[in-house]
Amino acid sequence: MADIAMTPPSAGQKELGVRTASYIAATRRKQMYSGILLLIFVLMMMSGFRIAEERNAGDFLPGLRQFFSFPSEVVSEGWANRANIPGYVAQFFPSLVETVNIAAVSTLIGALAAALVGLLASRGLARWPRLIPVFRRLLDAMRAIPEIVIALLLIYILGGGPVPAMIAIAFHTTGALGKMFSEVAENADQKPVEGLTSVGATWGQKMWLGVIPQVAPDWLSYVLQRFEVNVRASAILGFVGSGGIGYDLKIAMQWGGGKYDQVVAIFLMLFLTIVVIDQLSSRYRQKLVKGS
Amino acid sequence: MSVTDPPMTMQANVLGLFAARRRMSFLVPGVILAYLIYIFFAFDIPGLAQRARMDNAAILMSDFWIHKTHVTRDNRTGAVTVSIDGEARATYPAGKLPEWVTVAEDQTTISLPGGHGVVYDAAGGAQYRHPDYGVIDVQPRDGTLDITLPDGPVPDWISLGDNRISVTTDQGRFSMTRNRTETFRYKAGWALFFFTLDSPFHGKSPGELAALAVSGDRVDPARSNLSHMVSDFWNNGLWRHKDVAWAIFETILMAFLGTFAAAIISLPLAFFAATNFTSIWAVRFGMRRVFDFVRGVDSLIWTIILARAFGPGPMTGALAILITDIGTFGKQFSETLENIDDKQVEGIRSTGANAVQRARFGVLPQITPVLLAQVLYMLESNTRSATVIGAIVGGGIGLLLTQAISTQKDWEDVAYYLVLIVLMVIMMDTLSGWLRRKLIKGDAA
Repeated sequence: MADIAMTPPSAGQKELGVRTASYIAATRRKQMYSGILLLIFVLMMMSGFRIAEERNAGDFLPGLRQFFSFPSEVVSEGWANRANIPGYVAQFFPSLVETVNIAAVSTLIGALAAALVGLLASRGLARWPRLIPVFRRLLDAMRAIPEIVIALLLIYILGGGPVPAMIAIAFHTTGALGKMFSEVAENADQKPVEGLTSVGATWGQKMWLGVIPQVAPDWLSYVLQRFEVNVRASAILGFVGSGGIGYDLKIAMQWGGGKYDQVVAIFLMLFLTIVVIDQLSSRYRQKLVKGS
Repeated sequence: MSVTDPPMTMQANVLGLFAARRRMSFLVPGVILAYLIYIFFAFDIPGLAQRARMDNAAILMSDFWIHKTHVTRDNRTGAVTVSIDGEARATYPAGKLPEWVTVAEDQTTISLPGGHGVVYDAAGGAQYRHPDYGVIDVQPRDGTLDITLPDGPVPDWISLGDNRISVTTDQGRFSMTRNRTETFRYKAGWALFFFTLDSPFHGKSPGELAALAVSGDRVDPARSNLSHMVSDFWNNGLWRHKDVAWAIFETILMAFLGTFAAAIISLPLAFFAATNFTSIWAVRFGMRRVFDFVRGVDSLIWTIILARAFGPGPMTGALAILITDIGTFGKQFSETLENIDDKQVEGIRSTGANAVQRARFGVLPQITPVLLAQVLYMLESNTRSATVIGAIVGGGIGLLLTQAISTQKDWEDVAYYLVLIVLMVIMMDTLSGWLRRKLIKGDAA
């Protein structure tokens, strides 16, 4: 009896001790692994930075001291010639409109194409279910090619102007939005689609009447977000290629000193446009998400 | 009356909604159409048809995957050179011409596919032999060209001018002026991709190369064949594999450094912008405006400012990505922080932990998976941005790409870079997707 009474606690204690020890060991091991991972990460960051600094024309610390010299030069020149800025704003306004137009029309075309390809790539909704992988790979490929590549190739063929940038951004937008559209559409309620199938609706009717009304708020929200991204992309493509306010900025920058009042005007316009578009779009997106 | 009234108004309401819906369903496409028509004229799409250079498109498409070998005779000196794409660096040495060119005495014989052929004869003239059409004979005489064609009308693939002739067939192209006689032979594929003409391994089949790599007979006694091969490939002067590999590495490096440094910097800052961690309204407001400002000053502007301060190179690109992403991450992280579960923080607080300890043990463990997912998504998207930023600051594959495009002739290089960029993006997408699954699931388990 005494034996029996004695053994369970000691076995339990032993078990507890073993458990505690193994728990502590496991925690230690986990900490060690995390520590090693962290160390590798820090080493990668440091050596990466060293390599990047070595291959850079200017070094980090001297550059840091100069960081404000260019902006202050630009701002002081812009301030000295502040009387000219309203004139420049008026002069560059058409280019700004062009930049925004490139973004808007490419978002629009990209979204329309993405709606079609996205639905064709959605499980349960596709017109030809066997071709789903094909359309998915197509979207992946469209996303993978950076806009600048398409834009520069098209400039060689089509010459300067807004069209190469428009096509390039629309192409990329199709890939980016198509994936998101298809993810949303796959989560849509299938019942309206089944109802429409039972009355003999065509694929187009099923999508237009059964799926699009359900997914429209989410899709619109993604489209607005993409529009924000595309305004920036359109300005950058103008700078690298041609068309819009980015191109004017490049010309003004190439002049260097003496034209910095133009640079200030363009910076201001670009900044304000992006902030306004971001604000409007985020306000409208919140409304969309709450409304749905 | 009072009984029928509510259904009547309901009906009117429903009808009204239907009408509004119908109006919308015409209005929205109408507005879109009107906008597209406006763009059609604002972007001068009708004029585009005239400006478009479809011949450029044809050059581009064919140069992507076809190379041409030039056989050129300088008619003043009589010297014949054979080179790929007319590049001086890719000129065949005299003793090692391709087998379809034979130089005997003063006569050069070039055989083209399909039974076509060109002979540069000793008298300074040339004959193009077309198996169906006949022989086109061109002889210089008193400073002009004396051209003899077979009988019949001149076909449209022969272009005749004062003192010049050019013959363009599917098999090749032949042209002659007083100064120069030139024949192009086209071949699919990228020329000299592995070894340039000065390498002893040029023109060897994969089997021969494999045999050479393992055999003991050294081509160059100083080093083994394998290391010789690797070095000849790596230092290929035409395709510059070494520079291209560095450029791809620089691009990935920019994305990697920029993204992770931005995440490390914005995580502590995000605490100051989150409602549940910073009770002082002014601090929160200030921090949020900083994030908004950084995002509002577009990456283009940041990149330009940074390029001025740090000069061209990958570090500038990394810093540009870093600054832009601080804005994005700051906003995302502070939103994530506002959505955490407070119970864990309270639990840690009850043990007397200070703010840093609460953040480390109460907050970080719950948000790590979300943060990692956000950071890795950004890494993917920044790999693409790094190409563009490289083109602006002058670093990485973006720089090589813009340089190759601006020469307007190295289209095979452009195709090479394009393939590499797409592979790089797909690789980074796959890697980040794999890491996301691994890290996030690993943390949950």
